[in-house]
Amino acid sequence: MSAEALIHLRGITKTYGSGDAAFDALCGVDLNITRGEFVAVMGPSGSGKSTLMNLLGCLDSPTSGSYQFKGIPVETLNKDQRSLIRRHALGFVFQGFNLLARTSALENVELPLLYRGYSRKQRHQMAREALASVGLPDKERNTPAELSGGQQQRVAIARAIVTRPDTLFADEPTGNLDSRTTLEIMDLLRSLNTDRGISIIMVTHEDSVAAYARRIIHVLDGLIADDVGTPSATH
Amino acid sequence: MIFNALLIALREIRRNLTRSFLTVLGIVIGVAAVVTMVTLGRGATEQVKQQISKMGSNLLILRPGQSRHFQGASQFGLDDVKAVREQVRGIREVAPFVSTNVPAVYQENERATDIQGTTANYFAIANWELALGRYFTDEEVADGAPVAVIGETIRKELFGPGVDPIGCKIRLKSTAVVVIGLTVEKGQGGWGDDYDDNIITPYTMVQRRLTGRKSEHYISQMMIAGEDGYPSVNIVADINALMRERRNLTGNEEDDFNVFDSLQLAEVISSSTKVMTSLLGAVAGVSLLVGGIGIMNIMLVSVTERTREIGIRLAIGARAREVLLQFLVEAVTLSCVGGVSGILLAYGLCVWLAEIVGAPFMFDPKINLVAFVFSAAIGIIFGFMPARRAAALDPIDALRHE
Repeated sequence: MSAEALIHLRGITKTYGSGDAAFDALCGVDLNITRGEFVAVMGPSGSGKSTLMNLLGCLDSPTSGSYQFKGIPVETLNKDQRSLIRRHALGFVFQGFNLLARTSALENVELPLLYRGYSRKQRHQMAREALASVGLPDKERNTPAELSGGQQQRVAIARAIVTRPDTLFADEPTGNLDSRTTLEIMDLLRSLNTDRGISIIMVTHEDSVAAYARRIIHVLDGLIADDVGTPSATH
Repeated sequence: MIFNALLIALREIRRNLTRSFLTVLGIVIGVAAVVTMVTLGRGATEQVKQQISKMGSNLLILRPGQSRHFQGASQFGLDDVKAVREQVRGIREVAPFVSTNVPAVYQENERATDIQGTTANYFAIANWELALGRYFTDEEVADGAPVAVIGETIRKELFGPGVDPIGCKIRLKSTAVVVIGLTVEKGQGGWGDDYDDNIITPYTMVQRRLTGRKSEHYISQMMIAGEDGYPSVNIVADINALMRERRNLTGNEEDDFNVFDSLQLAEVISSSTKVMTSLLGAVAGVSLLVGGIGIMNIMLVSVTERTREIGIRLAIGARAREVLLQFLVEAVTLSCVGGVSGILLAYGLCVWLAEIVGAPFMFDPKINLVAFVFSAAIGIIFGFMPARRAAALDPIDALRHE
């Protein structure tokens, strides 16, 4: 494992249910992702790509196998310890934006900072910088209802990067957006990857969106069926 | 962490002002009801005590007859007064007392009033203080001098408000009586009677010139002041024993006299007011409990409604205990805000109701503190279950929740 290794999966399985009703969502996945990659995860529904994303995002733990995130054995961590990894190293962007309603853009972006114990002044400054960096410097006071879909997703991205995470997880980030806004958001994500070196792992089902990534992983029936553009294919 | 939870909770409360207001309403009403009931109850108790002490502190009144057959019982004599003074323990003063109702006339003004005949020590027994002039003396009592100390109502009716009546002569039947003193106004008694509608004179004067009963055996009442701290029940028992002996009552014969004990009355009335207060307080307490259940109800609904929000918080790195703390702090903040609002509302209600009922407003820091602590405790107790439910949510399920 090189110093650049970000994610290191070995023999990851995930089984839901038990007995006759048991269902294997992942059946032994091996995967390496290095720092600074922009990876698209594709696959039909039920292929296990969401399960894979939840595991990679430390939202869930595997049934068996090992997952090292920056060398930390995630499979041994409990719920709260995984929360702390998410808090300090990960950012999330969702299809449905998931902003707090009736809450200003600035306060939405400040939310992760509240859990990291920054002072009020620091929170304001960091949230303003994040909003400016996603191109919304003048929408601080607006609530989600007063913003367009593209603007809401920009606020969500600002919230994800305000803590300066290593890795951004994006789950169908353009799923609710029109084609023009999709281009804007994807350009934004690409610039975060190239200019700031944030690793991005993105689930999508659109080829045009996946084309922004430098590496595309196809998941099928709980296994990685295809891995294109891997800079350091190891398995 | 607590500070952060407070900040997060306050933002959530602000974000949902209407819901927060409705949540708090139950606690506001409950706390206001408890505090108002207890405060007014204390005021009423205090009022009763004040009114009874107007009659005289530690006052006992010995009267002939029983309430059922008052007629026919023989009156007391001066020898009875002397016997009570000398033989009953725990007594400070004893004054003989006769009264009659005749019109008092001054110039063209006339007022039928209560003429009270007694001795000089009566003023101390019945807590009469002077606004003007002087009391009558023992010599004037011995002489049956035509002098009088009048009440405020008499001054108003005969002389007019604010007029100095000292030295003026008023006519009682055919006797001219000199006004020598004016008592400080006592106001209304507990039964609506006017304490200031009377004229106090030497009893000898009343007997000789008004009732014509010159015998020393026409003392209709004895006014007795007990010593401070000496149990009035003992005095009553001693008087009963003494009077039965002096009136030759034996065996099963009923008392033909009775002792009114103001201290006892005050205790009976204030203890029954206390019972009423605690009953009303308990009813109000139930409404506070219902208010607490209201908080739990709305917090539970709120957890379901805010499942996605909880999912977002968990996804961006909130730990279960931080979510728990957030919801707990929200509940406690709401219930404390409710408690404080309830106390303020109760303050307003008490001031207003005290005026209507005519009872004094007695601010009681203890009940306010108890109500506040209780409402905070309700927040913790009824906030815990919803908070635990929120904290137990799985981030993936919570995010997927519609």
